[in-house]
Amino acid sequence: MRSIIDIPDLSLPELDALMDTAEDIIRRPGDYAEVCRHKKLATLFFEPSTRTRLSFEAAMYELGGNVISVAGADASSVAKGESVADTVKTVSCYADIIAMRHPKEGAARVAAMNATVPVINAGDGGHAHPTQTLADLLTIRREKGGFSGLTVGMCGDLKFGRTVHSLLSALCRYENMRFVLISPEELKVPSYVKSECLKRNSLPYTQVTDLESVIGDLDILYMTRVQRERFFNEEDYVRLKDSYILTPDKLRKAKADLCIMHPLPRVNEISVAVDTDPRACYFKQVLNGKFMREALILKLLKEAGTL
Amino acid sequence: MTVDSIQNGTVIDHIAAGGGMKLYHLLGLEKADVPVAIMMNVNSHRLGRKDIIKIDGELALDFDVIGYVDPDATVNVIRNGTLLEKKQMVLPERLKNVLRCKNPRCISGSEQELPQLFVLTDQSTKEYRCYWCETRAAKL
Repeated sequence: MRSIIDIPDLSLPELDALMDTAEDIIRRPGDYAEVCRHKKLATLFFEPSTRTRLSFEAAMYELGGNVISVAGADASSVAKGESVADTVKTVSCYADIIAMRHPKEGAARVAAMNATVPVINAGDGGHAHPTQTLADLLTIRREKGGFSGLTVGMCGDLKFGRTVHSLLSALCRYENMRFVLISPEELKVPSYVKSECLKRNSLPYTQVTDLESVIGDLDILYMTRVQRERFFNEEDYVRLKDSYILTPDKLRKAKADLCIMHPLPRVNEISVAVDTDPRACYFKQVLNGKFMREALILKLLKEAGTL
Repeated sequence: MTVDSIQNGTVIDHIAAGGGMKLYHLLGLEKADVPVAIMMNVNSHRLGRKDIIKIDGELALDFDVIGYVDPDATVNVIRNGTLLEKKQMVLPERLKNVLRCKNPRCISGSEQELPQLFVLTDQSTKEYRCYWCETRAAKL
């Protein structure tokens, strides 16, 4: 049974095909409005989430399917101590496909091993969040027409930010990309990510601590939030949380066709005044995420022989 | 210093000097109910210095553990005072219930009866990662 735990589970042709499907859904939504009729998606969210859960549910409804849901560990048998394995074995009896978010890293892999229906990892702690990366990829392709010759700046928490690592690993599979990694010293991209993604693919990259000095070189600026929940120490969080705040003033040096991205939710790292700038693409990312989730649900249900 | 030869048992030879005690603990030999001798810093033609573990008696050994600690080690199985078999170790692809994931957020710390599983991700650096959360194992 095919499940998607992390972006490397999908080959480059599969990523491109998913984006093709998503763009086809955008062009011809009526053709997809009934394709999942009588099929059920179970959304198991054992950690707080607004956009990801709603995105999955909206995606299934737009495909004509139904949704059954558990929101929060408190409301489920997990609160009674049930294992992930038993939970997904049970839910497999009710649903055709599962989207699961869980605070424990590796929980999605355990779910995929035990479910009898496809499992989509909707985020397992700080480990992986592949559908966010799918949203990011579609946004870049739609805004830039492709992936060649782009200079991608990643800014903020590059150490704990799972979306950054996942996007880097996906973009490194495309040729002729350049990366500018912008972060405080304490939140730099881990060396294993650099060696596995950038060095292995011989892709050029620079590491800087100052956003303004490089913003004019960028085609994509991927901003991230310094996440309180990834720190064990509150003092470290407070010291680093305001490291980079994007404002209209800082954007004066940026290219006219810069694409500003953010996985959301933001705290204060992008000023609200930037939202009206035509270069702000982070709410387009949210929409693209829904279409990519539709494409992924379709692909996995077809591969499982359910459609 | 001499240690008697054994009649029936196992000799783990060519352990890089310093690896003997790590191997002793990881194999759980402190709990063995047969005599065990560790020789450290023994002169070696091949290695200069080496460690040797002699186990006097039959004991089931996890060869993956030996290969993990030292893939260049050799295991000699002795029966009736003669060498029955000589095994060359290799770096194992997987380690089950040998290491513990140090990531407090890993599912392996809370999921019922989930094994501690590590996979070899880089042969050249002998890097292992947790199969579940992909956290790197601490270096030996």
